[in-house]
Formats: sequence, C-alpha cells, structure tokens
Amino acid sequence: MALKIVKGSIDRMFDKNLQDLVRGIRNHKEDEAKYISTCIDEIKQELKQDNIAVKANAVCKLTYLQMLGYDVSWAAFNIVEVMSSSKFTYKRIGYLAASQCFHEGTDVIMLTTNQIRKDLSSPNQYDTGVALTGLSCFVTPDLARDLANDIMTLMSHTKPYIRKKAVLIMYKVFLKYPESLRPAFPRLKEKLEDPDPGVQSAAVNVICELARRNPKNYLSLAPLFFKLMTSSTNNWVLIKIIKLFGALTPLEPRLGKKLIEPLTNLIHSTSAMSLLYECVNTVIAVLISLSSGMPNHSASIQLCVQKLRILIEDSDQNLKYLGLLAMSKILKTHPKSVQSHKDLILQCLDDKDESIRLRALDLLYGMVSKKNLMEIVKKLMLHVDKAEGTTYRDELLTKIIDICSQSNFQYITNFEWYISILVELTRLEGTRHGHLIASQMLDVAIRVKAIRGFAVAQMATLLDNAHLLTGNTQRNGICEVLYAAAWICGEFSEHLEDPMQTLEAMLRPKVATLPGHIQAVYVQNAAKLFATVLRKHDGETESQAAQETSQLLIDRLPLFVQSANLEVQERASCILQLVKYIQKLQQKNVEVAEEVTALFAGELNPVAPKAQKKVPIPEGLDLDAWINEPPSGSESEDEKPKAVFAKEEPKHSRSRHTEVDEKELARRREVRKQEQASNPFYIKASPSSQKVYDAPGVEHIPVVQIDLSVPLKVPGMPMSDQYLKLEEERRQKEKAERKKKEKKKKREKRGKERKADSGPESEEDITPAHQVDIVTEEMPENALPSDDDDKDPNDPHKALDIDLDKPLADSDKLPVRTHRPEVLKSPAEDRDGESVPQETKKKSGKEKKKDKEKDRKRSKEEKKKKKKPKEVEEELLESQPEEAVQSEETKEAAAPPTSTSAEQEVCVLMCVCLQEVTAPSSSAAAVDTSSAAAPESEPDEPKDTEPEDTKSSKHKKKKQKKEKEEKEKKKKKRHHHHHQHHGDAGGEDSVQNGTVEEEEPLPPMSNYSLLAENSYIKMVYDIQGNHQDESKVVVSVIFENKSDSFLKAMEFNVLDSLNSKLQRPEGAGAHDSLTVPFQLPPGVSNEARFVFSVQSIVMPQKLKGTLTFIVKSDESSTHEKLDFKLHFTCTSYLITTPCYSDAYAKLLESGDLKGSSLRLEGINMPFHHLLARICFHHHFSVVERIDSCASMYSRSIQGHHVCLLVKTSDQTVSIDAKCDEPSLLGNVLDEIKQTFSKC
Amino acid sequence: MIKAILIFNNHGKPRLIRFYQYFAEDMQQQIIRETFHLVSKRDDNVCNFLEGGSLIGGSDYKLIYRHYATLYFVFCVDSSESELGILDLIQVFVETLDKCFENVCELDLIFHMDKVHYILQEVVMGGMVLETNMNEIVAQVELQNRMEKSEASDQ
Repeated sequence: MALKIVKGSIDRMFDKNLQDLVRGIRNHKEDEAKYISTCIDEIKQELKQDNIAVKANAVCKLTYLQMLGYDVSWAAFNIVEVMSSSKFTYKRIGYLAASQCFHEGTDVIMLTTNQIRKDLSSPNQYDTGVALTGLSCFVTPDLARDLANDIMTLMSHTKPYIRKKAVLIMYKVFLKYPESLRPAFPRLKEKLEDPDPGVQSAAVNVICELARRNPKNYLSLAPLFFKLMTSSTNNWVLIKIIKLFGALTPLEPRLGKKLIEPLTNLIHSTSAMSLLYECVNTVIAVLISLSSGMPNHSASIQLCVQKLRILIEDSDQNLKYLGLLAMSKILKTHPKSVQSHKDLILQCLDDKDESIRLRALDLLYGMVSKKNLMEIVKKLMLHVDKAEGTTYRDELLTKIIDICSQSNFQYITNFEWYISILVELTRLEGTRHGHLIASQMLDVAIRVKAIRGFAVAQMATLLDNAHLLTGNTQRNGICEVLYAAAWICGEFSEHLEDPMQTLEAMLRPKVATLPGHIQAVYVQNAAKLFATVLRKHDGETESQAAQETSQLLIDRLPLFVQSANLEVQERASCILQLVKYIQKLQQKNVEVAEEVTALFAGELNPVAPKAQKKVPIPEGLDLDAWINEPPSGSESEDEKPKAVFAKEEPKHSRSRHTEVDEKELARRREVRKQEQASNPFYIKASPSSQKVYDAPGVEHIPVVQIDLSVPLKVPGMPMSDQYLKLEEERRQKEKAERKKKEKKKKREKRGKERKADSGPESEEDITPAHQVDIVTEEMPENALPSDDDDKDPNDPHKALDIDLDKPLADSDKLPVRTHRPEVLKSPAEDRDGESVPQETKKKSGKEKKKDKEKDRKRSKEEKKKKKKPKEVEEELLESQPEEAVQSEETKEAAAPPTSTSAEQEVCVLMCVCLQEVTAPSSSAAAVDTSSAAAPESEPDEPKDTEPEDTKSSKHKKKKQKKEKEEKEKKKKKRHHHHHQHHGDAGGEDSVQNGTVEEEEPLPPMSNYSLLAENSYIKMVYDIQGNHQDESKVVVSVIFENKSDSFLKAMEFNVLDSLNSKLQRPEGAGAHDSLTVPFQLPPGVSNEARFVFSVQSIVMPQKLKGTLTFIVKSDESSTHEKLDFKLHFTCTSYLITTPCYSDAYAKLLESGDLKGSSLRLEGINMPFHHLLARICFHHHFSVVERIDSCASMYSRSIQGHHVCLLVKTSDQTVSIDAKCDEPSLLGNVLDEIKQTFSKC
Repeated sequence: MIKAILIFNNHGKPRLIRFYQYFAEDMQQQIIRETFHLVSKRDDNVCNFLEGGSLIGGSDYKLIYRHYATLYFVFCVDSSESELGILDLIQVFVETLDKCFENVCELDLIFHMDKVHYILQEVVMGGMVLETNMNEIVAQVELQNRMEKSEASDQ
C-alpha cells in the first residue's frame, strides 16, 4: 500500500501488465466478473496518470477486456492519447485498441484526423503502416474525405510495404467517400502493373471488390486483366482475376469466348485445387452467358462436369462440397449434363456431412423429371424419418415441397400422391413449416379441380384427428395445417361424404386452444358446412337432421364468441345470430337451404401473388396529386400576411368539420337507427342473445387433454408409398396398352390437359393418373410483365457505381487542405477580360448541377431496378436534357492527358483482345477510342443512351441486341397509335430521342442566363419548378466576385408583384430583403437559391430587384448596389416530363387542347440539335421521333400539357403546338422563337 | 471481403476477435457464441465450410474454418473470396504464428493477444488479404519487434 503512494517509473513495475491480467482472470474462475471490475478500476486509475507508458499498458489491457465483451468506449479519448505517442511501441497499442473499438459513432474520431495525417507522412514506414492498418478499420466519411489525398500520395510511396497498404485502404476510402473514386482510379490502375507482386495483388484485390458490385464500369479493364491472367504466376492474383472475369462475362459474351481457351489450359495445367476450382467456376459463368448462342461448347461443359465429378468423388469433404456447389450452377443452364450424375448426387445425400447433404439437396431440385420425381421424393421421405436435427429436417421438408411444386407442379403426375405426401409431412414433429404445407394444400386443392374430392376427404380426416397434430408438446408450427384443412373442407364441402361429422369435428371444444387465426377459419367454414348440410337435407319433409345441425352450432358457437381473439369473436357472434334466425325459420318449416347456400355462392379463383402489383395505373391517374387541397401544413403558411389570392378557405373548412362532428353524428346515428328498425334485412340484436354471451364461463368448458407423444400414423390415411407402387404398375400397364395402340394409331393426343408440358420427349409418354386441370392464376387485365429484383437501396456499393472511363473533369479532385476550397482562379487572372470569368461561372454552377445530377442518377438507378421494360423508354426521354448538360461538361473539362492516353491504350488493348472474334468489332473499338472524349458520349448510363449513343461500340450493342429487339417490337406496336394522328410518319426505323446515331456533337449549352453585372459582381440565374408544388419556383442565382476585394453582407431583394412573390422567412415584412447566406472572397463564386411563389403562370413576368453588398478591401469598405430584372419566362414554369406515346396520343385525341403553330425560317442546324435545344432550354422531352419529325411533350407546374410536333424540311422548321392554355402556349412559342433567333 | 476473423478454443472462449465491420460488444459476443455453436458440433472429418450464420451478413456469407488441436480459426467471408484460398490463408496464418512463437500453442495466444493481432495485421488489412507470403510476413513482424526492442532499450 505504501508503495502505491510513490510515484515514478519504478512504480510501473508493480502495475499489472497484460500477462498479469490474463493470469489473474484465469486464477479467478469463480468470480471473474468481480475480478475484472476491480481490474477496470485499476485501469481507470492508470489512465489518469501522466506517464504514457502506464497509459499504453492500460489501453493494452482494455483491448483484451474488449475481446471478452466489455465495452471500453469510455476510454476512447485515452486511446487517442496513446495513438499520438511518438513511440512506435505505444502508437501500435493505441491504433490496435482504436481498430478494435472505434466506429463511425465514436465522437473522438474527429480528433484523430491530424494525428493520422502526421503518422501517414512519418519518415518511419512502420508508423505509416500502423496508421494505415488502424485507419482501415475505423475510417469514417469525414476521415476518408480529409485523408484521401494523403493516402493517394502514399500509393506511390517508395516502399512497397506502404504502397500495398495504401492501395488496399483506398477501397475503404471509396466506400466512405465515393467522390474519391474517379480521381484516384488512374493511379490505382497503374498499380496493377506495379513491379512489386504484393502491390499488384493489392490493386487486383481492390479492383475486383469494386468490379464485383458494379461490373459494367470495369469492362474496359478486361484487356489489362487478360494480360495479367496470362502472365501472372501468383495464384492469389489469378484467383481474383478469374473471379472478376466471372463477374464480367455476363456483360460481354465475347470476352467469355476469348477466355475459354486460357481457362481450359489452366484447368489442365494447374496443380492448385483452389485455382482449378475457380477456373471451372468462371468457365461455367462463361458458358451460362453463352448458353443460347454457342452449340459447340459442349466439350467445355463436359470438361467442367468431369472435373467436378472428380472433386465430388474426392475423399476431401471440402472438394466434395465445392464440387456440388459448382455443379448446381451448371444445372441451371445445362441440366442434362448434370442429370447423368444423378447416382453420385443421390449418394451424397447419405453423406454424414450436413453441408454436403444440403448442397446435394439443392442439386436434386433441378434433376427431377416426371419419371423420377416419386422415386426421389420417396428417398427424401426416408431421410426425413432418419434426420436427427430439426434444421436439417426442415430443410428436407422445404426441399420436398420445392421440388414437387416447381414450375407449376410440372413434374407431378399424380396429385393424390402429392396430397398424401403433404399429409405425411404433417406428422413431422416440431417443424417450423406448417404454413408451407398448408399453403401447398390450399394451392393444390384450389388449382387442381380434379383432386378436390380426394383432398377434401383427406382434410376431413385430418380435422377429425386434429388433436393428434396439436398434441401439447410442440404445436408451434404444424397446426397451421389445420387452417388449410378447415378451409378446404368448408369451401369444397360439396365433396364431403359426411359434412355433419366434419362440422362436429370443427366445433370441438379443443379447437379453442388453437391460435386465433385458425379458429377464425374454423368458425367461418363451420358456417359453410352448415350451409352444405342444410342443402343436403333440403326437400326432406322431416328436417330433423337440419334442425339438429342448427342446434349443434347454437350449442358450440358461444365458446368462440368468448374468444379473446377479436376476429374469432366477431365471426362467431355474427354466425351465431344468423343460425339462431335460421333455426326460427326452420321451426316454422320455412325452406332456408337456398338462402343459406347463397351466402357462400360463387367460386374463389386463385389470384397470382403479384397480381395486385401489376394492375396498371389507369390513364390520367396521378398518384402524387392531391385529391383535395392539402390543408396548409406549416404554421408559417397559416400566418402568411394578407394572402391576396388564397383566402382563409382552408381554415374555414377545418373549423366547420369539428362542428359537424358532435351534432351531426348524433343526428345521423338517430337516422340510422330508425332506418335499421324499418329495414327487414337488418338483423337486430335480440336481448336473448345477450344472455348467451354471459352464460357459460370458460371454466365450465370441459377440456379434454389427449396426449399422444408417439408420432402417429393418422388412421385411414393412404400412405404415399402405395402410390409409388400403384404408379409403377399403372405406367407399366399403360406402356403395354400404348404398344397395342401404337400399332393401330401412331399417336394419340396425349398430355393435353397439361398446359406447360415442356418435359423431354421421353417424359411425355407418362400421362398423369388424373385428368388434371391446373387452373392458372388470375392476373389483372393488361398486366405488365415485370421482373423486379429489389436490390437493397442502402447498399453502400451503389454509390460506387461511377463511370471511370470518362476523362477527369476539374471538379473531380480530391479535397486538399486549403482554406478556400471554392477558389477557382487567382485574382490575377481576373483582369484578363470577360471570357475567363464567364467560364468559371458556368463551371461552378455546373458543379452544383452535377452533384444534383449525381443524386438524381443514383435515385434513378434505384428506380430503374424496379422498372418494367416498357418504362425504360421513359428513362430514355428523361435522360435527354441531362445529356445535354453533360455533353457540355465533357467538352469543357479538358481531360488530363494521362488519363486519355491510358484510355486509348485500354481501348486498343480491348481491340486486340477482341479482334479475332468478329471482324466488325475492330472498327467499333476504333470508334471507341476516338469517342473517348466525344461530348455526346455518356458511358455512365449506357443503357439509357444506348439507342442514340453515337459511339455505342458494337459489342455493347450486340449484348443488348435482344433487349433492343424487344423494344423495337414494342415500338412498332406503338407506331400504330401514332400513325393515326401523325399522318406523315415515314420510316419504320424511328429512333426515340432527339439524337440518332449521328453526326456532329452538340454545341455547349447552359441554362444560366445573365441577371446583372457590374465591376464587382456578376449574377447569373436559372429558374426551376417542380411538380410537387404548383405555385412555387426556385430561382438559383450564382454570384461571382469579379473584384480583388472581399464581398460581404449581400442582401437580395425583389419588388413583389401581385402575381409573383419572393418567399421571405417568417416574420419578415413584404419588402424586407433576404441575406445571401455566404460571403465571397475575391474570384470566388457561389450559388444561392430563392423560392418564389407564383399564382398565374400563363404570362411571362419581370420582377425588379436589387442586390446590395459591402465591398471590403484592405483600405476601405464601400456599400454598393446592383439592380436587376428577374425574367420569369413561361418556359421556366415547364418541367421536363416524360410521356408515353400512347398516353400522348390519347391526350391529343381528347380534344381539350387548343392549337397554335410557329414557323422558323433559316434554321441551319441538324435536327437533333434543334430538338436537343428545345429539350434543354424549354424543358421538353421527345415522345417520338420519326425521320425529320418529332413529337415532344412538357408539362407546366400547374399541370398544363404542352405538346409540340416539330417538323423540318430544308431550313424551315414548323412547330405545331397544342396546349390546354392558349396564352401559355403562345408565350412558350414566342420564347422558342427567341431561342432560335439568337443562334 | 473478410468480415470477421474469430479464434476461440474448444470451449468457445475467444482468443482473438477481429471484426472488419462494426458490431457492438454484446453483438460480437453473440456472434462468437453462435459461431462456436455452429462449428463445434461438426465432426473433424466434415467439410470446412458452413453457411447459415444468421448474425453476420446473410446468404452471401460463409464461415470457413479450421480446427487445430484446441483452437478454432474461423473466417467469415463473402462470395468474392475463394473458399479454398481462405483455407490456405488460415494455414499460412497459423504457420506464421508457429514461426513467430516457435511451436505455437493456445497459451501463446492467451498471453500474447496483442502480438497475434500484430501478426494478423500483416496478413489481412481492413478485411482484405494483404500478404500471403509467409516469409514476407515474418520479416515485417520481426522488423517491427526489433523496433520495439530498440525503443525499450533506449529508456
């Protein structure tokens, strides 16, 4: 104790180090938690000391405790302290602790930025290494942004040890800060050819990770990887590359063809099993991607299957497992090659290893045929009985059901057999899959009409023996089956032999112990059975039996009326009252059977699970539009001073509503009661029934506990095995018969009852035992086919879907530590004249736009996933104006020479690689090179721009040929519509959008127009509306400081008109100005947005305004002002809205639109430029273009439709326009005219 | 990507845990328990791949493990890693441990968790394979240990 008081380094010898802590914990096995808590107290003391060695020791111990599950985040700050020690020993401890317990939520992380930067640039490579390792575990978006540049520099470090770490960590940086991908990518690519194999391997690793998520962006690297694959000897690198190719081949089949040979060579030559396996896997991927086109690759398939068989037969369980795994991939496209190995796979089912059995099960799924289904399932049923663990048994159960039900029960020839299999499966104890069996029963009973009689009989037996299923032990899952049984018995009760008995079974007291939703079905179907019983006894004069049934229901239903489950209670009390009423009628000898049956008349048709989703949205229904005016939501709007146009209507209606509530409701209740009283069809609550509710309490219900723990064979159940025998006999008999018949007739129509009879020839010989009519599921009329693969929208990799082939723009820069990141040029350049500032202005505006665009693109991409093929076209239209913007960008952004040359090199390589495959490809690739910097290219969205992409290299097209063909078909269909109002539609081969596979690039365009400028400042602006708010537009103004001085205190003010008002913050007066939320250092520009509310949009408007600001230079500061006029054109109220051509046709046919037209003479530009201009400047989208004629569409923020038909001949352009608002149209046309008069 | 590396003994006691994705401490322990539960009931002569760990990842993830005497080395990886490759990597890692500790046994891992971490850091970084050449790994580890020693003797 006394020693503890002494401070100093000697003391440290008495501190516990990590080993002491571990030893201590091992010596305190009984009271470990207590011991550790004293240790933590000690650690806290140690952390308070100034000595860094003591602290490091404490942190090291904490790391150990963290592993044991103790939260050590409270020491985060101390960890940072230890990290910043100058000694490597301690630094390493600190970084280790940080990597174990820091995460994005750790707030001290932001303190580490500078320390990490220091360590990264440390002369000691191990300091750098430790920092990189640590950072790789806890990098946050902020750290990634701040350190990306430093790490990128390290990628070219002299030491390979640092280089490889820097390369690897870049992946983490990309994930957290996707903007860094483009600027860092060229260097990353260089590292693929680093002299050090470790660095090379790291680069391959990173690019493979990236490409796995967004393969299409990395296709251009294929030649490089191809080279690496043929030259590298490092198996790790080879495996990664081969895996990468596996991801790329689906996108580029020709690459696959090229790959097969070297991969086959590797398969033959390599001794490494891991490499062999990956080669086989990629060959399979290639074969899948080629599956349709290439018949002569059967040798490769044979090779793969053969190698896999060797793997599966290997005694090494790992190889066996992987062999089966790969085999299942082949199965999808080449089932026949796999089927020949059925023996082997069935053998694997007996393997002691569960993983292998599961894999073999997967394979079985694809191997069944009509012939062997029963046999395979029998084998599986044996396994079910033997299976020890419930998980494996459940897996078997789901597999059996999957196998049988696949492709619409395609392989089932005997549904009686299937039903009895399902019934046998209900004997499984403790399965979680009761609902699965139940849904199969329902599915079969509903869709296979012929089986209903049999199914109902089986279900009735099940119901009769329900107590066996619900035996009190594990009734969690399987009692779901009763749900199906009860429903089937009820719905198809006409097939029941003895409905009375089933009814009795369904109303047993024990039923009350079932889950609520099942009871509810019981009650409802009891009523159906009741109806059936009544009908059976219809006509009989002595309706004794019928009356007994009513009595039975009246006796038993009260039990359910008391159920705690609302659904059960409600149904039971409803039906109880109904039965009582019926009983009364029966006593009067009234024939009721008809009426009661009518309650359940009609047949329920099966509805496809996705039917609801596929109901097309009716024409003209805008789900985003308000049905009623939205109540003014925010406080500020309510208090908006003196709204001239919008009076206090919303308030009014609201208050009226509350008044209605009280009085009106009371009155209405009265009226309703009276109405009910006089309505003969309304069953009134009788006082007697009320009593029944109270009479028997739950305690009085005798609960019979039948406990059978032995799994049982339900009596009277046919065993599925019988069917197998029967089936065999039947088939043999049939065969014999057929032989006879065949002598007479060659072939009789057979298998006609089966709709999808796609089995192989030999299988067609097996006729189903029953005349089975598989009812197909109902779908809504004109449902759209869709393949929605919902991808996780939160996937971080989505952000990395960035086009890397585009040359770097100025905006693609990693943030470097500067004080004013927005400075675009030095003040000295300033005086160089007009043109320079203009350039920069545009750029900064565009930067913003680009960001927006990125967001939009991202969201669009998400949408795209869900899109139906038809809508892809809509996409095409949408992309049009964007493209214009982009093209401008690409042109202006001078590509750094390195990247372009690299680009070309890649393209050439690609060319070399693919040349031999098809002749035309070389020219295509050549086009590719030249177009690398072509403004029109938009490789970012190859899908979107595909039809009009000037360069769209042919290989890309080929791949999408199919898609296109489909599209074309659709297009043609649509043409029919179109022609009706479009008399002069010429060629059939129209192209969607403004630009065809054409000619010259578009000239640069900008939407920003000059607002005002003087010697200090220049303002440009753009006006945008959106559909969400029909009375608001956003004015984006870019302010650019042209002077050498600092501009501050900028205030923006506009004189409101009656029609248009600047939206000011709450409490501000109508004439107050708005403060621009930034200051401008010399040479800097920035954008501010102002929201305006507008009432009428049919006329253009000009608003006068003033900008005041203070110019502050070193010597003085002056107050300046600049007047401007904001011009709200009618165009600015239009929003680019895509429109289907058929919707467009309807719109025109509707006759609501008024026409007007315009002629422009002497227009000397290509037609697609003209269209692009209209799209870009006037927010239209092209609906359809045929030769030199195009229809275009746009919509105003207030929902006015504007349709244009643009035709050109020689230098004359005529525009026929239609709109539901003539003055708006007139103004828009004037504006279009102006646009073209300028050029 | 490797999502986690777990080393625990035959009783499920963790000897080293390294998550490359953030999980809170209690979740980490739960994952260790679940993984141990899955792995420990498997015979030694069955395959070393395991699907169905519900806590980490999902269907894309696999557990790849090796059992050495008293220790389980479990790697949780996604489909971008080669299964056999990772098995080799575990072997490389264990052999490296063997070289660095000279006949490594569970006790070495128990008392020198930090050192094991430092070795692992030279093999896997941020969930990606950094180095597979054992000599290179050992050389880097030793160089760093030497630095540590020289710093200690400076005092």
